[in-house]
Amino acid sequence: MKRIYLDHAATTPIAQEVLKEMLPYFTEFYGNASSLHSFGREAHNAIEKARAQIANLIKAKEEEIIFTSSGTESDNLAIKGIAYRHKELITDFEGPHIITSAIEHPAVLETCKYLEQQGFRVKYLPVDKYGFVNVEELENSISKGTFLITIMHANNEIGTIEPIEEIGKIAKERDVILHTDAVQSFGKVPIDVGKMNADLLSVSAHKIYGPKGVGALYIKRGVQVEPFIHGGGHERGLRSSTENIAGIVGLGKAAELAQQRIESDAAYMTKLRDKLIKNITENVEESYLNGHPTKRLPNNAHFRFTGIEGESLVLSLDEKGIASSTGSACSSKKLEPSHVLLAIGLNEVEAHGSLRLTLGRENTEEEIDYVLGVLPEVVERLRKISPLWGKKLELEEWKKKLEKEERKSKEIELR
Amino acid sequence: MYSEKLMEHFRNPHNMGELENPDGVGTVGNPICGDLMSIYIKVKDNKIEDIKFKTFGCAAAIATSSMITELAKGKTLEEALKITKEEIADALEGLPPIKMHCSNLAAEGLKVAIKDYLAKKGKY
Ligand code: FES
Repeated sequence: MKRIYLDHAATTPIAQEVLKEMLPYFTEFYGNASSLHSFGREAHNAIEKARAQIANLIKAKEEEIIFTSSGTESDNLAIKGIAYRHKELITDFEGPHIITSAIEHPAVLETCKYLEQQGFRVKYLPVDKYGFVNVEELENSISKGTFLITIMHANNEIGTIEPIEEIGKIAKERDVILHTDAVQSFGKVPIDVGKMNADLLSVSAHKIYGPKGVGALYIKRGVQVEPFIHGGGHERGLRSSTENIAGIVGLGKAAELAQQRIESDAAYMTKLRDKLIKNITENVEESYLNGHPTKRLPNNAHFRFTGIEGESLVLSLDEKGIASSTGSACSSKKLEPSHVLLAIGLNEVEAHGSLRLTLGRENTEEEIDYVLGVLPEVVERLRKISPLWGKKLELEEWKKKLEKEERKSKEIELR
Repeated sequence: MYSEKLMEHFRNPHNMGELENPDGVGTVGNPICGDLMSIYIKVKDNKIEDIKFKTFGCAAAIATSSMITELAKGKTLEEALKITKEEIADALEGLPPIKMHCSNLAAEGLKVAIKDYLAKKGKY
């Protein structure tokens, strides 16, 4: 069976060009970048080249890039690093304050929750039905104690691109540090850290055809960050650890490739994305697009289907060779539906019926046609099994019905 | 994550659908996690003569409801009431721990359907 990969937001394959560039750094140029000999210099030079490649893509300076092990680590270093550095400086009697949004990636949300336990105050901004952060509320939330705003550039689930330049302007005016998690947008839409007024920006390699296990953090010159990995003082003392040279080389090359192809890739994927959106929402009854129709990542199409549940949908598509992802938590460790989908105003049942298709460079129009052929059948089959389809019972009715049943069964037991 | 047996029941659920004029209906669920299940039964001579289900939920929820209809068919009401979630899980060659509540739900659904029948008959 032909397999079609439509889960690029989860991870991407390594591009051939990237792999080719990486390979010699496992066997031939295996030096430690801290060593003084020629082996060490080769490794060191490779890191500096990668730094420049990443800096170019986001219009930063080379020395403003720090390598980490992942996007998650970058988010942690940015948020905790700023928090620990600033905690003592806050004179506001209400305490140090961070502003974030309700739809951030767990790498940000969980870090903020952790900091709350450490005595920081955190404001989780709501979003509208498209997933846009409420900029007005953001501005009104800034208090004397606010030292950090951390808002993602693009949402990993529904693909909405946040008005980060607008937010950056406010942050700058109010003298608050701005961090943005750009893991999903990096290499897919143009990023200019200057225009954004971003002080810190997190990226990751494996979402842009680079290797897993390597990320980077942009830290604007002059911004003070407290490290949490101590040791030999690598990466300007901000992230000690012998560098993952091959990984870093891979990230650099992936960034360079992305830069060369960013426009053509975006145009190509937007075309496929819009074909998916148009055909599915037009041809599958009661199917809806989640997120904004145009202000979204070029490779993200996120749907919900009334009456069926995401995990069943993903597994059914997998049976047909299509790899996708769901907003339903049934397939993950927690069973509550996605916090992002609830934040955009969906109820639990609606949120459970979600499907995320994320495109990549290697996807073809024929593959999209195949998906468009298969998906309606799959949806129809699952709807036949579903008690929520046909009768079109609303969630509220369902809850009432369930309560009644519960009461009935309790009464029976009592008798 | 899922056993082949479970996937088989998910792919081709047995006794899927609704019964016309059922003798008992059991509807159970937990909309937060996303399971909603209806079990319909027809009873003859104190035995479950026919049984069908409809489920909104994950693959485990669909497979457990399919499995319980298989297990309950032909059983007396007393026997059917005794079907446990462990039995359903075993019949499916195991369930991931986090999905055990799905089989719980199937067992619950059947119980509610039987009670509904008994209540209608005035036997309670
Ligand atoms: S339907 Fe959500 S875990 Fe079974």
